[in-house]
Amino acid sequence: MEFEVVIGLEVHTEMLTASKMFCGCANRFGGSPNSQTCPVCLGFPGTLPVINEKAVELALKTALALNCKINKDNIFARKNYFYPDMPKNYQISQFEEPLAVNGCLTDTATTNNNKIHIRRVHMEEDVGKLIHAEGRDYSLVDFNRAGVPLLEIVTQPDIKSPAAAYIFLTNLKTILQYLEISDCNMEEGSLRCDANISLKPVGQEELGTKVEVKNMNSFRAVRLALEYEVIRQTLLLNGPEKVNLVQETRLWDETSGKTFPMRSKEEAQDYRYLPEPDLLPLKISDQFIEKTKDTIIELPLARIKRFIDSHQIPAYDAGVLAADKNLADFFEAVVRLGPEPKMVSNWIMTEVLSILKEEKKAIGELNLTPESFREILMLVGEKTITAASGKEILRLVIQTGGNPKDLVAEKGLTQISDTESLEKMAREALAQNPKSVEDYRSGKKNALGFLVGAVMKQSLGKANPKMIQDILLQLLDAV
Amino acid sequence: MEEEKIRYLAHLARIQLSAEEVRSLNCDLSQLLDYVGQLKSLATEEVEPTNAVLPAYNRFRKDEITLSLPVEKALANAPDKMGDFFRVPRVITERKTNE
Repeated sequence: MEFEVVIGLEVHTEMLTASKMFCGCANRFGGSPNSQTCPVCLGFPGTLPVINEKAVELALKTALALNCKINKDNIFARKNYFYPDMPKNYQISQFEEPLAVNGCLTDTATTNNNKIHIRRVHMEEDVGKLIHAEGRDYSLVDFNRAGVPLLEIVTQPDIKSPAAAYIFLTNLKTILQYLEISDCNMEEGSLRCDANISLKPVGQEELGTKVEVKNMNSFRAVRLALEYEVIRQTLLLNGPEKVNLVQETRLWDETSGKTFPMRSKEEAQDYRYLPEPDLLPLKISDQFIEKTKDTIIELPLARIKRFIDSHQIPAYDAGVLAADKNLADFFEAVVRLGPEPKMVSNWIMTEVLSILKEEKKAIGELNLTPESFREILMLVGEKTITAASGKEILRLVIQTGGNPKDLVAEKGLTQISDTESLEKMAREALAQNPKSVEDYRSGKKNALGFLVGAVMKQSLGKANPKMIQDILLQLLDAV
Repeated sequence: MEEEKIRYLAHLARIQLSAEEVRSLNCDLSQLLDYVGQLKSLATEEVEPTNAVLPAYNRFRKDEITLSLPVEKALANAPDKMGDFFRVPRVITERKTNE
């Protein structure tokens, strides 16, 4: 039987505030254990949480960027559970009356205007970190993360394939980075994703048995885990024992590339949500919404459109550039300095991206200012240096932090464009390669390429290739 | 109330109850529920749920870092610790191995 895939995602992202959600402890990754805790986030009796205004602002900004309907009357809720990652034995979250509902996110990676609907966006506090030492009968707890502002974004079961889930996450990450909501560092846990996946026979309305998959620590892992589930569920549903497909939570195991059912001592989860009595209701005024709307900068979708329309670069290039805010900012900074946008995007798309990939760095970590990059493009554009030399200079600038013009002089890479020197070199090449000259004259026109190559080699790549070709042709055809 | 429910609630609250305690709690809780249940006779369709009783809202703090506790103080009341960590009996949600 053929099946349709139905996927919903639940994304948690830590927000980039200075302090925690309900107390003034630092929201910072990597501090020594339990050095960022206080009576509030340790759940001491008699303490009271107070909402971090900035966290609400960031959450609201995200909800607006995701085109959600904002709930003006918010309440927080206690989510009760027994696990030692929260000192209070409950997590302050939102349940009824979350911050925002019914949004959508338009895909920018493809041109089909594909939308994924957002079910809800709500605020909560992150939990502490448990360290399970191998073979020991204890676990260690670090509460530095407990109370860090967390945003939960839940999609509708709108996603139709593991690849589409991957694309959604990429688009969401771009928006979160554009708005500086989160650094989205999955390795440090500032972005986490769980997935629900079920299959149903093609055309059937009713949803199939749902499996929740957890423990994926990269977008790639999300896609792989979902691909594995599609195959596993298809086999089970087509097999003789349909009863085998049960509603459960499964954990992705990166090493084996499989999912395994989670052993849980809890039967059904019963969080006994109740309105948080320690917090006053949160009202989101129209004024707050308008003020926050004003802080939303141009988002990727709009930026791509503008790159295509006003910079006249191809849609594909625009998409790649806009997917990384810092890269897109760099592109625009260079363009503002004068060079032709198409040339700038070509050089970024080829040279800069391959350097970033080789060095595993982001554009901001590269020793390259828009000014030096523009300088290199100008040197190439004015034919002071060849494109090949330009590429070499680009790498040198990044390695040494030097000034492009100085490096060109230092390396003697200035392109040779005076006719006299070029003609001298051309004559030498003809004299040294009589066989090629003969070949050319007897009709093998591609011998010209060999001769151009010989001059280029002789000049250490500095000869102006177009000019040398013209001169060689003149000399060859003259006799 | 059924005793089954009492046992479920006790489990959620991690309280161990003897059979006798389950019986007596069942009796007490049923009376309590009946008493509170009188509220059901009121017409509340038009009334907004009361999530908070104080006539106030939006109490915020500025996003500013304040001093955290020194680690020794943070750990001072811990029943068990190890280095700078709180130590708890091993708890881990593991995957089943029989698949």
